[in-house]
Amino acid sequence: MASPLDQFKIDTIVPLNVAGVDASFTNSSLWMTIVVVAASVFLIGGMRRQSIVPSRWQSMVELTYEFIAGMVRDNVGTAGREFFPFIFTLFIFILFANMAGMMPYSFTVTSHIIVTFALAIFIFLGVTIIGVARNGTKFLSLFLPAGVPIPLIPLLLPIEIISYFIRPITLSVRLCANMMAGHTMLKVVAGFVATLGVFGIAPLAFIVALTGLEFMIAFLQAYVFTILTCIYLNDALHPAH
Amino acid sequence: MEPEAAKLIGAGLACSALLGAGIGIGNIFGSYLQGAMRNPAAAGEQRTNLFIGFALAEATGLFGLVVALILMFGI
Repeated sequence: MASPLDQFKIDTIVPLNVAGVDASFTNSSLWMTIVVVAASVFLIGGMRRQSIVPSRWQSMVELTYEFIAGMVRDNVGTAGREFFPFIFTLFIFILFANMAGMMPYSFTVTSHIIVTFALAIFIFLGVTIIGVARNGTKFLSLFLPAGVPIPLIPLLLPIEIISYFIRPITLSVRLCANMMAGHTMLKVVAGFVATLGVFGIAPLAFIVALTGLEFMIAFLQAYVFTILTCIYLNDALHPAH
Repeated sequence: MEPEAAKLIGAGLACSALLGAGIGIGNIFGSYLQGAMRNPAAAGEQRTNLFIGFALAEATGLFGLVVALILMFGI
């Protein structure tokens, strides 16, 4: 029987070598393309015929927009309005990648640490650059909240600095580990269905419930990734508190 | 001890991270229900925080799984 981890294998579809770097078109690239095309079709198609009384498709697009706009408004405030396009794109890409992974025989792009880490490290770098550019040296007050008693400073400062620089790692590992663990668990339980014969009905019922949970996790992790990006952005824009 | 056996034992021990994740998730949902029963009017707007807390607590357990997988296949 195939190992439950086989689903994460990267296969080369079109071999490509650019100056000694392996830049082949893999199944990961293929699914990323599918995700981007699907998201574009969903958003552009929904807004193609705009009307004051929205159609069902248009209202779905508007709901998504309102959801993210509300999240940015609540967590970053009006200063975050200029970053809304980035946060919206981020949410849509992760959500569609997670949901595409729930289709049978598909490939989950976000279950690979390199994909999520690339997203997280650029968010981290961008947020840090924005913070330094907007606030200058005041940005450093992020590492030392106001009103800390002096004896606590040597203890608190290293903790704050470490917890700041570990952000890209926790952000990426959280998404990747959730997707990987969920899909591995589905495959392991599916293996029980095949080997138990008639009694496989019990794991089959379990797998139905588990698939529902996985859909919730797929949405929730996209949401958590986006909201943490909002919180980091808020830290960079308003470091004083 | 054989290195292979040590690897397997280590991977199994890494899964004890789920202990904390289980306590954490139970605590979050328990506290939420307790608060929601006392003040149902405030329950709706705290649901976002509930799910953020759930996702954060669950992720700590999954870090243990990542350590287990690294032990099994990485080294």
